[in-house]
Amino acid sequence: MKYFSQFAIILFVSVLGELCAMALPLPIPACIYGMVLMFMALCFKIIKLEQVDDAGKFMIEVLPVMFTPPAVGLIALWDVISPIWPQLLVIIVITTAVVMVVTGHVAQFMLRHEQKPDVHKLWQHIRHPNSFHGLSH
Amino acid sequence: MIRDWMTHSAFFGLLLTIVAFEIGLLLKRKFHWSIFNAPFMSIVIVIAVLLICDIDYETYDSSAHYLSYFITPATVCFAIPLYKQIVLLKKHLRAIIVAIMSGVLASMLTVFGLSLVFGFNHQLYVTLLPKSITTAVGMEISEMFGGYATVTIVAICITGVLGNTFAETACRIFRIHDPVARGLSIGTCSHASGTTRAMMMGEIEGAMSSLAVVVACVFTVLVVSFLANLI
Repeated sequence: MKYFSQFAIILFVSVLGELCAMALPLPIPACIYGMVLMFMALCFKIIKLEQVDDAGKFMIEVLPVMFTPPAVGLIALWDVISPIWPQLLVIIVITTAVVMVVTGHVAQFMLRHEQKPDVHKLWQHIRHPNSFHGLSH
Repeated sequence: MIRDWMTHSAFFGLLLTIVAFEIGLLLKRKFHWSIFNAPFMSIVIVIAVLLICDIDYETYDSSAHYLSYFITPATVCFAIPLYKQIVLLKKHLRAIIVAIMSGVLASMLTVFGLSLVFGFNHQLYVTLLPKSITTAVGMEISEMFGGYATVTIVAICITGVLGNTFAETACRIFRIHDPVARGLSIGTCSHASGTTRAMMMGEIEGAMSSLAVVVACVFTVLVVSFLANLI
């Protein structure tokens, strides 16, 4: 019965998310409020990891199959899509590549500057430009 | 005959969907080609069956739509794997925020630019706007601003197939060498499907990618309303 109580907790957080979506006039879907609430509840130990972990794993595992029924609705939209599908495909491919390059390189730049430069080593390097970090006098 | 049977059965659509998904998983295990991505294949198989048997979408959806009923609680569960990565999240907080935010903005601005080039209307533009993020949230955003949620799901699936197929090669070509940066870029550009590939590339890549999937959709939700009404 552990799945049952775990599922109840997940549903409770989802309902709270729905309440937020109804009460706040922001264009944010209920699932995002729910996700943020769940994350905060875990961080502040209001909900313990063991209280939702198994049911959560199961839900995430079965999530992909839930999108098949709405996606099959494509056949009802064929008149809209058929004249423009090459353009759609071009946008999808180019955007995916752009996002990858931008995110990857910004991340690499940020990570390189994350380690604070070692002032002492830098000073040694300036004083003895030919020595490797002042190690080979 | 099959038609009558299907129209009157309360479970056929549900059964068809799950069987199609299983076939997708089976093909993937057998052939290891990225095109045999289970979500993508299940859509193709179900559409093929409906067309061959001449069954209309409403008939199928009347029983299959119960599956989609649990999308919101399942999406809420994404907080759990994110919480498990909290150590990594804290360690690289600045890099994660800046990199994913740039990726999210790059995604939406590229869609905006190309939609202008192709002369798309508002409905098509907002349909593609959330195409890099995870399906549950992307679908909601598309619906919220009046797009075709159906097309958004398919666009997101294709993005996932691309990420799953080319992530490793693309990292090499675009010179993304750092494992943290690789994970972040794969998760931001191709959500959960890309993450499967990132997990095969390495532990850090997989963890960063799954973290990026969640953070990217939160960031997208935060900024999408500023961009959604440009076209």
